[in-house]
Amino acid sequence: MKTIRIGTGAGFSGDRIEPAVELAKHGEIDYLIFECLAERTIALAQQAKMRDPQAGFDPLLERRMRAVLSVCRDKGIRIISNMGAANPVGAAKRTVEIARELGLTGLRVAAVQGDDVLDILSPDTFHIDEENCALRDFNKQVVSANAYLGAGGIVDALVAGADVILTGRAADPSMFLAPQIFEFGWEMDDWTRLGRGTLVGHLLECGGQITGGYFADPGIKDVPDLARLGFPIAEITENGNAVITKLGGTGGCVTAATCKEQLLYEVHDPKRYIQPDVIADFSGVEITEIGPDRVAIAGGNGFQKTGSLKVSVGYVDSCVGEGQISYAGPGAVARGRLALDILHQRMELAGICCQEIRGELIGVNSVFPQAEPADDAPGEVRLRFVVRTDDLATAARIGEEVESLYLNGPAGGGGVTKSTREIVAIVSGLLPEGHLKTHFEMMEA
Amino acid sequence: MVQLRDIAHSRTGDKGNISNVSVIAYRAEDWPILVRQVTAERVRDHFGTMVRGEVLRYELPQIGALNFVMHDALGGGVTRSLALDPHGKCLSSLLLTLTIEPIHT
Repeated sequence: MKTIRIGTGAGFSGDRIEPAVELAKHGEIDYLIFECLAERTIALAQQAKMRDPQAGFDPLLERRMRAVLSVCRDKGIRIISNMGAANPVGAAKRTVEIARELGLTGLRVAAVQGDDVLDILSPDTFHIDEENCALRDFNKQVVSANAYLGAGGIVDALVAGADVILTGRAADPSMFLAPQIFEFGWEMDDWTRLGRGTLVGHLLECGGQITGGYFADPGIKDVPDLARLGFPIAEITENGNAVITKLGGTGGCVTAATCKEQLLYEVHDPKRYIQPDVIADFSGVEITEIGPDRVAIAGGNGFQKTGSLKVSVGYVDSCVGEGQISYAGPGAVARGRLALDILHQRMELAGICCQEIRGELIGVNSVFPQAEPADDAPGEVRLRFVVRTDDLATAARIGEEVESLYLNGPAGGGGVTKSTREIVAIVSGLLPEGHLKTHFEMMEA
Repeated sequence: MVQLRDIAHSRTGDKGNISNVSVIAYRAEDWPILVRQVTAERVRDHFGTMVRGEVLRYELPQIGALNFVMHDALGGGVTRSLALDPHGKCLSSLLLTLTIEPIHT
């Protein structure tokens, strides 16, 4: 039976680069896939592209490509990535330039487009789920709208012979599903196999999160050598079942437990993992350790796709101002609480218009708001006071109020930091897939 | 009484303003304990005011796992939350402090 090997080169935009190089050199893989786009990244990238039409793709594209392009060309490994972000064509052009500098003449780079739907969303019929209103009635400055594309456009580029494929917003598992469809000749309505391929993609898309990253809990769940964590490889057979493994000699571990944690990561109803290509069903998945760092995955399934694509809409939401200050020694918690009380009063006395206020003591209740300090209260706390405001000028006043605690607040406060930021947030809705057209542009080095 | 941490492990994921937390038995024989004692109601009570919407529980017996989906749980979601941990990544560790009666019935 035919088998292909897919490796993950990155599980998020800031991920380590060496594990991808190791996989390309020694992993005997056919495909190297870099998942680098979070929910909001593309909205920020759209803003960068508005300021500079050449920008808007992943800032680490250059370093990643320089690290792997030559070895991938040597070994015939094809690269797929959503590092195109808001500008897949710009990313492809830059990749071609890098390939030429590296002497990789003839390397074929495809830019998959069609996810940018800002201009085609109907103000009347596009419904924003979170606000339960039509786009027309969404009273915010919209900066981006990107649909989660399925595997189709990537498959088309593979058929056309692309060595490197750069997309914008594509569903993460679809980047991994595409080479399986292409290699095994799966039909686009073979829901069982598309479901299994999506399962493999879901397991691989977060890179080291299935090879022992984000797993260690010393004394309970120990993981060796996280500083040299190896990224995952899936060995996939024509029927869509797979073995998850990693390169020998790298850090981390692949066990049934690491695979189970990743199986449910960011999943709601496991029977209905809704993707552009298929509704994947993870409810019957069987996970079996078959050797050291080798775990067999079987029992994935799928059902007919919905025919709609999720669209993420980026908008300018609000501004945020923040200040922090530390208290230490006996009574640190009490002094921190007094300082918080002063800040809450100051918002009113100074007439600062606040949409939302959050005040907390890091070390006591910053993660779990209702937590109470134990009898052995921490010997130091850091106060964090953060406020949502209408504009940046108001946001700046929050840090100023925290800073004024130096001379006007409780004893012994130190180490003030302050910051402001503009918030681009995301809401979402559904678009019938027939409303957009996916296509690709091929370039050659 | 033991802590949930003694018999299960957990990971949190986020989508918009919805958090999901898996609870996975280390040993198959502890799966019935999870099913009986780690209910959606207990999880909701445990997180208190942090979770404002409904909590749904899904069961995956063949891998000994529960999946809790908690709505309106992330202060508006990672893109706008004022929280220091806007993804709610730390929630899994907090859930593992739940107390469990280690009795198989």
